[in-house]
Amino acid sequence: MASEERSSWVMVVVATTAYVIYLSLVLSGGAALPLAPADYGWQVLWTILGAIVVAVLAEIGLAIVDGVRGDKTGRRDERDRRIHQLGEYTGQAFIVIGALAALILAILEADAFWIANAVYLAFVLSAVLGSITKIALYRGGLPTW
Amino acid sequence: MVKPTRVTNSIRTLRFLAGEMTQAELAEKVGVTRQTIIAIEQSKYSPSLEVAFQIAASLGVRLDEAFTYPAIGEKA
Repeated sequence: MASEERSSWVMVVVATTAYVIYLSLVLSGGAALPLAPADYGWQVLWTILGAIVVAVLAEIGLAIVDGVRGDKTGRRDERDRRIHQLGEYTGQAFIVIGALAALILAILEADAFWIANAVYLAFVLSAVLGSITKIALYRGGLPTW
Repeated sequence: MVKPTRVTNSIRTLRFLAGEMTQAELAEKVGVTRQTIIAIEQSKYSPSLEVAFQIAASLGVRLDEAFTYPAIGEKA
C-alpha cells in the first residue's frame, strides 16, 4: 500500500473517531440544544487537536516501522502527487460548503453553537471525503479526461 | 466508474524480455513506486511523458514499443 493511501486510511479513522467522541461528549449530557459555549467549546478544540496529534503520531510510527523494515513505500511519485491533489480538491469543496453554511447561519443570527458545529462538520467531511477520494483513486485508478 | 486510459503498454512483456526484470527493479530504475508500475501495467494510470520515456529507456526500447495509443477515430 502506498504511503499516501495509508495516510488516507489513518485520516478517515482518526477524523471519524474524533467526531464520534465529540458528539458523544456533547450529546451525552442530555441538555437541550443549543448548548452554551462552556459546554461544547473545549470538546471541539480538544477533539480537533487530539485528532491532529494522533494522526501525526500514527504517521511517525508507520514511517519508523517502514524504516526498520527497509520498506520504500514512503517514497512519493507523480501518481501519488496527482491523487493527493484530486483528493485535496474534493476536501476543499466541503470547507467552502461549510463556510457558506456558517455564513448563512450567521446572517440568520443562529446560535454560535450551530455555526461552530457547521464549521466543525465541514472540517470532518473535508478530511474524511477527501481521504476516501484518494483511497478510491488508488483502488480504481485515475480518471482520464 | 473511472474511464480507463486508451494508452496501452507492453511493459509486462518487455520486463520479461529484459531478463525477467521485476516491477520493483523497474520502479527503482525509473524512480517511481512499485505501486505506480503496477497501476501503469494494469492501465489504471497513464504516466507523464517523462516517466513514459524513462520506462522505455529502462527497458531498452523506444517509447512507441512500450506504449501505444489508437489512431484518431480508431477504438482502443
